[in-house]
Amino acid sequence: MARLAADAPTKGGFSFDLCQRNEMLLKKGMHLPTFRKTGTTIVGLVFQDGVILGADTRATEGPIVADKNCEKIHYMAPNIYCCGAGTAADTEAVTDMVSSQLQLHRYATGRESRVVTALTLLKSHLFSYQGHVSAALVLGGVDITGPHLHTVYPHGSTDTLPFATMGSGSLAAMAVFESKFREGLTKEEGIKLVSEAICSGIFNDLGSGSNVDVCVITKGHTEYLRNHQLPNPRTYVSSRGYNFVKGHTEVLSTKITPLKSKVEVAEVDAMEE
Amino acid sequence: MSIFEYNGSALVAMVGKNCFAIASDRRLGVNLQTVATDFQRIFKIHDKLYIGLSGLATDAQTMYQRLVFRHKLYQLREERDMKPQTFASLVSALLYEKRFGPYFCQPVIAGLGDDDVPFICTMDCLGAKELAKDFVVSGTASESLYGACESMYKPNMEPEELFETISQALLSSVDRDCLSGWGGHVLLVTPTEVQERTLKGRMD
Repeated sequence: MARLAADAPTKGGFSFDLCQRNEMLLKKGMHLPTFRKTGTTIVGLVFQDGVILGADTRATEGPIVADKNCEKIHYMAPNIYCCGAGTAADTEAVTDMVSSQLQLHRYATGRESRVVTALTLLKSHLFSYQGHVSAALVLGGVDITGPHLHTVYPHGSTDTLPFATMGSGSLAAMAVFESKFREGLTKEEGIKLVSEAICSGIFNDLGSGSNVDVCVITKGHTEYLRNHQLPNPRTYVSSRGYNFVKGHTEVLSTKITPLKSKVEVAEVDAMEE
Repeated sequence: MSIFEYNGSALVAMVGKNCFAIASDRRLGVNLQTVATDFQRIFKIHDKLYIGLSGLATDAQTMYQRLVFRHKLYQLREERDMKPQTFASLVSALLYEKRFGPYFCQPVIAGLGDDDVPFICTMDCLGAKELAKDFVVSGTASESLYGACESMYKPNMEPEELFETISQALLSSVDRDCLSGWGGHVLLVTPTEVQERTLKGRMD
């Protein structure tokens, strides 16, 4: 019964019960599987009214593209967004967790979340796992103290920068930023520069690809431009397509079960006169 | 040899017009020897929600038992079935909990949500969700499945055409993979009925 109780909703955090078995399998010569990574180009820059974040949309599993249009710009708070690179499960889990913690903090304080709050929550979580939670993040937002842009590394170190790039395509994107960035860009110039940097990553880095996502955060207003640019459309579609006639596939047995529609039982007050 | 190649598997799910189809192969192997040719990889959670689990067979069965347990508790508390999106979050959380000692299985979840809108998603063994609007694949035959589905898939297919397409995609892909095959098992779910079919394939 104690075992069953352990299966009920836990208090949260990681559970290590399969580690011994996995170690044994490794010793027997079984290689660990590759996790889905977001090869990635993620960027951020500070412009005159706030912060602009950008990301590509390719998710890879080894050398194969697992998702051609995934979302790498994660919601943290209405005024704070975070781009994630590294192991996809880690970036999703860590940003979801900190987003929930920020929401609870907003309820407790009654104030808009600050970017440094998100930053501290992220860095302390990542540092406590000593880099094993492989999430490299570009965190940006606008709060009462102004626009902020930070990078967070898997071991828990952070940098505060006017423009930043992370991921396997970071060098390609940084080359664009270093040549074209200046202080006090307008919104249109900022979006154009961010798109150019992401495109540089998409075309020159093999781990990044597909489309460009952009997120513009200003005081009191956030614009999430999903698939702002689609520089890689699929042009080789066959107009006829495959047409398999009914009965083409050889079937050994068929079983058809009709689905009963669920009957709604109306709630009746027990003490109705 | 990778842990995923110990048992061998192939799973695919596709979205059609107000319906979805989920298909798997039927082989259970131990390295290169075949041990069973009627292995079940697709499990029912409720009438309109199915989960397929590829990878290490023992972890797939354990995951299924844990998920059914959690869903039954949910049904008792909420007095209704779980929505597919909620279920996907549950699976993701259960997998991520074991981040540093993971279950070696990759789920494929397919269900009909509110207003019978089809929902499919897949995850890696750590729970990183991938929500797709067209098809999702998993297993040792996944590389061939990606190729076959990319070319054969068309949006808004009727149930009959969807069944033919997913069957052809599955059979042609497992023929290029030594570790999966020995027939196929396809479940096609529409708002009014569930069609379960066994396919005839190459037995090698």
